[in-house]
Amino acid sequence: MRALMIAGLAGDGVAYRTLLSELSGHLRAYYAGRLVRAGRGTEEVEDLVQEALIAVHARRHTYDPAQLLTPWVYAIARYKLIDHLRQNRSARANVPIEDAAEIIAADGGQAMESHFDLNKLLARLPEKVRLAIQYVKIDGLSVAEAAARCGISQSAIKMNVHRGLKQLSAVISQEKTK
Amino acid sequence: MKTEQLIDLLSTNLEPVDTQKVVRSLWIAIVAGLVLASLTCIVTLGIRQDLSNPGVLGFLFAKIGFAAAVTILGWSLLAKHTRPGGENHSRIFLTGVPFIALVALATVNLILVPASHWGQLVTGERLLQCLLSIPVMAIVPFAVIVWAVRNAAPTNLLRTGALTGLVAGGIGAIAYALHCPNDSLPFIAFWYGGAIVFCALAGAVLGPRLLRW
Repeated sequence: MRALMIAGLAGDGVAYRTLLSELSGHLRAYYAGRLVRAGRGTEEVEDLVQEALIAVHARRHTYDPAQLLTPWVYAIARYKLIDHLRQNRSARANVPIEDAAEIIAADGGQAMESHFDLNKLLARLPEKVRLAIQYVKIDGLSVAEAAARCGISQSAIKMNVHRGLKQLSAVISQEKTK
Repeated sequence: MKTEQLIDLLSTNLEPVDTQKVVRSLWIAIVAGLVLASLTCIVTLGIRQDLSNPGVLGFLFAKIGFAAAVTILGWSLLAKHTRPGGENHSRIFLTGVPFIALVALATVNLILVPASHWGQLVTGERLLQCLLSIPVMAIVPFAVIVWAVRNAAPTNLLRTGALTGLVAGGIGAIAYALHCPNDSLPFIAFWYGGAIVFCALAGAVLGPRLLRW
């Protein structure tokens, strides 16, 4: 997985997609186990998986290629779990520090669906940011094409995409507290 | 939303990223913080006039040396804490080393002089100004470092906040040393040390609120 991550950091979308698919399986198994242990239902698992994937993506520049990947992913997964349990005012929000190896121990099987509605989430982002994500990330236009459509520079498009994906996490936590 | 759909979205038109950005923006923040804090001290309090005196200059170096040791140690630990999981292989107790070393030196100093001089050595002149100036001069560096850390991904916000406060306090102390009229080791140990510890505590309190992502 580490090689896939390093390729992804260099901009290899195919390797990166493979990595995220593999990670989503591990994250699903991890969150299913942890939520049960925290005395919670498993219906929140997929929400957490997606939050963690967005966090991994938006913070991928904080991965140090000289270090192992698993502890890094695990730290993000655990951080998002604690945040989630805290937000939902769980009386039993104590998450033990376990061995990082646990996260790669199992695969959670089939992909599932979260409670998030992508269009609703995007609608809460600022117009410019939303359009940048729509064109570049969903419609698959190149950055140059998106820049031409929006009438702004290519670097501004890249900036808006980056900012937007970061803001998605914030929008999701606002959604959850409602 | 299906997870597959999200993965497609995230991996479409993937941009390469720079993994050194975190450390670089921390560097920029530290340097910018130091420059801004020093300017604040020079403009508001002014540099001490008698720096040509070798004894005075020696104490200036002692103050800056202590504060710089705290800052550099804190910075290297902070750089680790800004990456997820980084707190697991950092030795946070190392931050105490400069404090303990200075308190030891100060104690030796106090033992060597008659007890009647202790009061003067410990309280010095304008004690309140020193206690207030260091945290005040740490505010701008703190804000700049928080900005840099927010672009990273700390997973232990309490500790990261404390280290941010510690580094900002160290920078504040370097800046205030340019003005500080007190030349005694016990003074530096108690009040510089105390003011920096206060900054670290304030950082620990603010960290979980300011650094959440």
